[in-house]
Amino acid sequence: MATSTIEAVTAPARTVTPKAPRRSRNAIRWVGPVVVFFVMIGLWYALAAIYEAKGQGYFVPYPHQVLDALTDPDEISALSSALLHSTEVAMTGLAIAIVLGVAWAVVMSQATWLERSLFPYAVVLQCIPILALVPLIGILFGYNFQARVIVTILIALFPMVSMTLFGLQSVAKQQRELFQLQGASRVTLLRKLQFPAAMPSIFVGLRTSAGLAVVGAIVGDQFFQRGNAGLGVLIQVYASRLQGPQLYAAILTASALGVLVFVVFGWLGRLVVGRWYDFS
Amino acid sequence: MSVETPVAPDQQVQERATLLGFHDVAMTFPNGTVALSGVNLTVGRGEFVSVVGPSGCGKSTLLRIASGLESASDGTLELNTDHIGYVFQDATLLPWRDVQGNVELLAELAGRGPKIRREQAAKAIKLVGLEGFEKHLPKQLSGGMRMRASLARSFTLDPEVFLFDEPFGALDEITRSRLNDELLRLFAEQHFAGLFITHSVAEAVYLSTKVVVMSGRPGKLVGTFDIPFPMPRDPDIRYSPEFAALVGEVSHALKEAHS
Repeated sequence: MATSTIEAVTAPARTVTPKAPRRSRNAIRWVGPVVVFFVMIGLWYALAAIYEAKGQGYFVPYPHQVLDALTDPDEISALSSALLHSTEVAMTGLAIAIVLGVAWAVVMSQATWLERSLFPYAVVLQCIPILALVPLIGILFGYNFQARVIVTILIALFPMVSMTLFGLQSVAKQQRELFQLQGASRVTLLRKLQFPAAMPSIFVGLRTSAGLAVVGAIVGDQFFQRGNAGLGVLIQVYASRLQGPQLYAAILTASALGVLVFVVFGWLGRLVVGRWYDFS
Repeated sequence: MSVETPVAPDQQVQERATLLGFHDVAMTFPNGTVALSGVNLTVGRGEFVSVVGPSGCGKSTLLRIASGLESASDGTLELNTDHIGYVFQDATLLPWRDVQGNVELLAELAGRGPKIRREQAAKAIKLVGLEGFEKHLPKQLSGGMRMRASLARSFTLDPEVFLFDEPFGALDEITRSRLNDELLRLFAEQHFAGLFITHSVAEAVYLSTKVVVMSGRPGKLVGTFDIPFPMPRDPDIRYSPEFAALVGEVSHALKEAHS
């Protein structure tokens, strides 16, 4: 009978499956996007040439003109100040959306009747065209930082609520019963079972919400012109002045912020749950 | 060799300390499904009782009642210990914890200190032969090893009554028979009272001191077989004619119950 113990110990525990060599896989992964990038730049040049011929070059400036604008010192200082303010609004709104969203989901996870009572409003929140609310938010909360943050929260909240709830409820019945058999309290259940189990979904929600928070910060900016100007204000100013290259530079900066936020929160998710969960 | 007695508890049990007893236990679910009716069964220290029966006959309900996850709608449950181990169909390991962390879980929930937990876990991990795998995550283990970790987790609470809900049902035949041997060894060492649910008649006969056959809905005990092979059990008895005869008898009773 002792032999069976030994056999178990020698059983290999690795779960590595053979794949194509790393280098060729990396090449395949990068070649596609790079080709698409250059095709898009090419199309952009073509489009810019068409507009230039029509005498409307400021509508679609050449990529190198945009690059010039992006590297101009005055432009850099204007963009970085706007970027800083938009990031501040987005991250403040996101932080509050995380707290509210997780709290909302935790309350709903505690009883079916609570979920039935509260979940419809999360869906309603998702269905309201937030843009329709924006003027009202301006009237109620002023046209500066506070109002911008509130718009951001409203836009970023839903994925946090729904993904956290989904995660908390993803716990298998038997795992819950395992805790129940030891007489674990609700708090213990949340802390040691439901929250850890929900982390992958929470991070998926977080990544989506973070991207939406950037959208919220810029949308809020465009409606509320008071207070520190962010990227949204800058975009509107450049658009009204027909400053093509600067306008495109500001749009690219806003896009870069969105991408950066997506990448950072994806990386954070992998850092936290990647050890045991295939987070992609 | 075996004596088939209807529902009544056998004489031998009286002499041993009963740790777990079902007395006229019935279970009717709120939707009207009658899962169990008039179940009488006792399990004493050093007894290993297996329950075989068709799927959906309420075998698992028996364990859920014994563990307190459900309460019987009728009859009484006798439980003379609060050290109960429960092994689920799946290993139910927490995927974010390594083997060590998983094995420590129950003691942690019971509020024991980190030092005691670590010692108990080390002992239990050794018991099931998982030394060297303490830092492995469940996803890095095979199905059989996960089940070992699950067993180790239950052993940290020094169970006197051990409930098994088809724990090896999802494993391949070779792993299953290996784990059967392990379980027999653990039973011989630890001397708990075991109640084991299974689909496999051969597994039930090999592991148990007694096998009971349950009928389809509502679940009733329709036959009891004492298994005479001594403990610790020689793995080779599985190839003996006596073993085959017993498996045949139990299978026959199961077939009767089914039709």
